[in-house]
Amino acid sequence: MKSLSISALIYAAFIAFPAVASAPLDYDDARHLLNRTGFGASDAEIRRMVGMTREEAAWSLLAGTRATAVTTPPAWTNDAGPLRYPRGENASDMERKQFQQEQIRDGLELRGWWLEEMLATPSPLTERMTLFWHNHFVSSQQKVKLAQLMYRQNVTLRAHALGHFGDLLHAIARDPAMVIYLDSAQNRKGAPNENFARELMELFTLGEGNYGEQDIKDAARAFTGWSLDRDSGRFVFRRFVHDYGSKTVLGRSGYFDGDGVLDILLAKVETAEFITRKLWREFVSADPDEAEVKKIASPFRDSRYDIKVALEALLVSDAFYAKENRGVLVKSPVDLVVGTLKQFDLKPGEPVPFAVAAAAMGQNLFSPPNVKGWPGGKAWINTSTLLARKAFLDRLFRADDAGASMADASTRAMTPAPKQALAAGGVQESEIARRIRFLRAMERGLKSVQFDSDAWLAELDTIEHARAEAATRLLLAYAPQAAADPASAPLAMVRQIVLDAAYQLK
Amino acid sequence: MNRRDFLRFAAGASVLPGAMLSTAGVAWAAVPADARYRDLLVLIELKGGNDGLNTLVPYASPTYYALRPKLAIARDQVVQLSDAAGLHPALEPLLPLWKSRELAVLQGVGYPEPNLSHFRSIEIWDTASKSTEYLQEGWLTRTFAAAPTPADFAADGVIVGSPDLGPLAGAGTRAIALANTEQFLRQGRLAIPEGNAHNRALQHILKVEADIVQAASHLNADHPFTTEFPQGGFGNAIKTACQVIANRAGVAVVRVTLSGFDTHSSQPGTQARLLGELSGGIVALKSALVELERWNDTLVLTYAEFGRRPKENLSNGSDHGTASVHFALGGRVAGGLYGEQPPLDRLSGDGNTGYAIDFRSVYATVLDRWWGVPSTAPLGGRFAPLPFLRA
Repeated sequence: MKSLSISALIYAAFIAFPAVASAPLDYDDARHLLNRTGFGASDAEIRRMVGMTREEAAWSLLAGTRATAVTTPPAWTNDAGPLRYPRGENASDMERKQFQQEQIRDGLELRGWWLEEMLATPSPLTERMTLFWHNHFVSSQQKVKLAQLMYRQNVTLRAHALGHFGDLLHAIARDPAMVIYLDSAQNRKGAPNENFARELMELFTLGEGNYGEQDIKDAARAFTGWSLDRDSGRFVFRRFVHDYGSKTVLGRSGYFDGDGVLDILLAKVETAEFITRKLWREFVSADPDEAEVKKIASPFRDSRYDIKVALEALLVSDAFYAKENRGVLVKSPVDLVVGTLKQFDLKPGEPVPFAVAAAAMGQNLFSPPNVKGWPGGKAWINTSTLLARKAFLDRLFRADDAGASMADASTRAMTPAPKQALAAGGVQESEIARRIRFLRAMERGLKSVQFDSDAWLAELDTIEHARAEAATRLLLAYAPQAAADPASAPLAMVRQIVLDAAYQLK
Repeated sequence: MNRRDFLRFAAGASVLPGAMLSTAGVAWAAVPADARYRDLLVLIELKGGNDGLNTLVPYASPTYYALRPKLAIARDQVVQLSDAAGLHPALEPLLPLWKSRELAVLQGVGYPEPNLSHFRSIEIWDTASKSTEYLQEGWLTRTFAAAPTPADFAADGVIVGSPDLGPLAGAGTRAIALANTEQFLRQGRLAIPEGNAHNRALQHILKVEADIVQAASHLNADHPFTTEFPQGGFGNAIKTACQVIANRAGVAVVRVTLSGFDTHSSQPGTQARLLGELSGGIVALKSALVELERWNDTLVLTYAEFGRRPKENLSNGSDHGTASVHFALGGRVAGGLYGEQPPLDRLSGDGNTGYAIDFRSVYATVLDRWWGVPSTAPLGGRFAPLPFLRA
């Protein structure tokens, strides 16, 4: 709340609050809000929100957002530098290989850390927005390589996740992982690299069709010299390769530097509309309502892009609560994995196998497929990813494992942490052998959680014979294909509900 | 009746039966919908970017030997195909296919404004996009959307041993990804085909569940081949592909992947091992397809995100390059050399070659000539097919 300016509050009041106060939230409304903005809300959390107005509910979520993680990051994130990596043509094969494996290990640990944060955070909305920006300002470890830089970018994304979009844009333009990912480091006076300038306009701000090739060319010149220091891994401005000449961007001419160009882009209402549309698709539905988008975008821009202003407007809107927009979004793999763990109070001893499971379903954190990010929506589901989702749920809720806790305990004891599992073979081990050993360790790691179906059902605030109905109402955002049988055993009942196609929706 | 017989038949008939003209709203009707895709396409992805210059070696070029003092394959090791080019010694098992003129070697396959990132470049190949264009759907997904496979097919395509659907990515396609048929059939039992919904997202999920169930009901894993498949991951993938092909219900395309070609260091041993797996796998594939009497209606094509840089690096390896050599094989392939090796004495600023054949011309050959379905829309333009198929 502190970071929210008074003027933003006033704007928010003007645009967002409907003339007539909305009806208080019922159970389904509260469930909808909590699951769209968080992961796997419990029966008790939902009940705490029932009876609030839309505005009270939205503000209770927005007021609790954070700028930092609560989970301790991997120890290597404290290394200040120099960044150790084999350089030049003198580095030996062994050094390169060792470096590569080290980055893979650190990257895995990083994925586990973020997944753990999603589970542990008191503000799931903060992590959802951090993930939203990760999929907007895409960088991938596949290209950046250094896990340390991916971590620092994640910290930056979280710091601004619910702050001001303009601040985030300025920060990300000089973010070292981004500087590597979109080749800013190669962008020099006389030999411009347009990669960053092009994606900046097409994907980060204006959207396609709102700029020309000449705008990209001149914007690229403004960013010449935005580079990074190879020792510290920090941003550096190299003035000797910066193009100080005059540029013309979107009809404005001047001796702009990169920040000047960003401000030109931020002044355009197209940018505010582009971001609002994307937030709509994230939180409301696959089809943004253009009239509503415009109504939200303009105060969003005028609030200096206060992200809370835009989010609040969306989260109190009639469209957000409309019946036809319930259960119409496909859960992302991270939604499914984190949501399921939270929903069923499953506490993984080791989070990495769950991040790897999400990757197998098509969402490898810190490695989106390309600069456009994960396309999301229906594209999450194909035969391969759907079977991966179902096999994951099947493994968690398999009846024949229920009585096998002793066996599981001993498996657990034998399961090496993923880092060790990767390191054990050393650099000489073949790629394939390492991969197989790793995947086996991950499979075992998934068994490290235990679901107590009796205790979980008993927590539902309902009477014995209405449990099937209550569990369905809690777990599914859309009517099931087949109603759960009230007579079935607790585990079988839960299993049937989560294997229903409707469980893939939110 | 195979496709060519049908076309002969259709040309001679004065009036076509109405049902055969109905092609589900598709303007192109060279092949009626229920007779399409009886010819099979097998794609082999050489993941990581196979080094084309050491696959088809320009052994008569002094420039080649000058660029690669350590990596070059010695002239006396090369399996000579012409007075200028020859195969890597590990590809010797393919020589009988070359001699029977069932192996077409496509030289210099690439595209303009090449991208050197694995992820981006394979996306360009898989979606048949321009270098500056981002498309979500694979080139085969768009093909099958415009000209659907027959409804009784087990699936449009089967992707073996990789979760990534590549040319079959995107909504709408009936693509099955499996590591092995037994596991797929076991997991497939979790799919629930019933149900209907007014919700578009749910409709999509239910359709995918139905695709899984349909494929699972048509696939068996127990065809008794006499062919011996090579040991190892790629041999197993070829075996799985053959199990899929052995099923009576059709599939239009099967994709297998051989990974590990990103040879920045210690290339010679790695590439020799991989090309050995490739040639062994192809020989077994042919043998199994001959057993199934499918060799004459199968086209096998290799592809990869890019080739590698002509000049070797200092780690006994090679860095990301551009155009590369690819193979087309099958009983109806017109063997020989196609395209040309892009000149090694005219490299770009970053040390890479130009290209001789646009990869979309290879795809156009598959669509126009192999399947007889329109190629312009799926490939985003007109690309001239190549003459590597027998008439």
